[in-house]
Amino acid sequence: MEVGLSHYLTVAAVIFSIGIFGIFLNRKNVIIILMSIELMLLAVNINLVAFSTHLGDLMGQIFALLVLTVAAGEAAIGLAILVAYHRNRGSIAVEDINMMKG
Amino acid sequence: MAVAGVFFYLFSAITVAAAFMVVAARNPVHSVLFLILAFFNSAGLFVLMGAEFLAMILVVVYVGAVAVLFLFVVMMLDIDFAELRQGMLQYLPVGGIIGLILLVELIFVLGSWAFSPEAVATIADKAPEMSAVTNTEAIGRILYTKYVYLFQAAGIVLLIAMVGAIVLTLRHKEGVKRQSIPNQVARTPATAIEVRKVKSGEGLS
Repeated sequence: MEVGLSHYLTVAAVIFSIGIFGIFLNRKNVIIILMSIELMLLAVNINLVAFSTHLGDLMGQIFALLVLTVAAGEAAIGLAILVAYHRNRGSIAVEDINMMKG
Repeated sequence: MAVAGVFFYLFSAITVAAAFMVVAARNPVHSVLFLILAFFNSAGLFVLMGAEFLAMILVVVYVGAVAVLFLFVVMMLDIDFAELRQGMLQYLPVGGIIGLILLVELIFVLGSWAFSPEAVATIADKAPEMSAVTNTEAIGRILYTKYVYLFQAAGIVLLIAMVGAIVLTLRHKEGVKRQSIPNQVARTPATAIEVRKVKSGEGLS
């Protein structure tokens, strides 16, 4: 069976769904939520690269590169916020974060 | 071609299994390690597709930087993860249903779409032949010329992320004696020396 575009898109769809599932499953653990977001961005990258190589259009790979940059920045900022929050509150429970309003 | 098929199924099966273990693992350290495994195998998928440069970038950026950052934070923060896992069974049904619905919808989309005939005409940057120019060189040729502003913008995003992370996590500890340059520079003889008259036979209290 020839491996085509739809195979890669299916893998990306499965990984994206696992990312969504992970956000719901680990509602209390911000670190796993951040990892799930990384998984979803990875699925997006797989889609971009699959279309790019299938169509022979390099712009998709440039776009995937930018997504990668934003994902790295998002992880750094997210973990920095997490560290600052843990320092102030002594826990990282998501349910307590609504205290920060105002 | 058969070899490519075998490797595709190998890489994608490991990626999906590792991705599932990321969200289902008991210990967050194991989650991070499974995340690294998932990234490695998707880099393999990228190589199979012919995007070698992005595959290597994925390994360097994700495994070398992001995953290690996650590992660092997970190990540095002293958190009772068993407590955070409470109520997981409560969220399992709704999360499973939503994930499953999304997956089925995406698979339906995949089953019933086709490229429009005009799609080929909209190609912005035609990839050169792989035998003539490597993937890395082809990306470099357009990244530094046509998309140089996007490249600069990516650099600014990383700079702002770096500054933000430093600002958020830097703190001055209380009770640590530090050198204060402005205070030292502003010192004058009037503030530094105090002249006291001492009566003979008595000391300074």
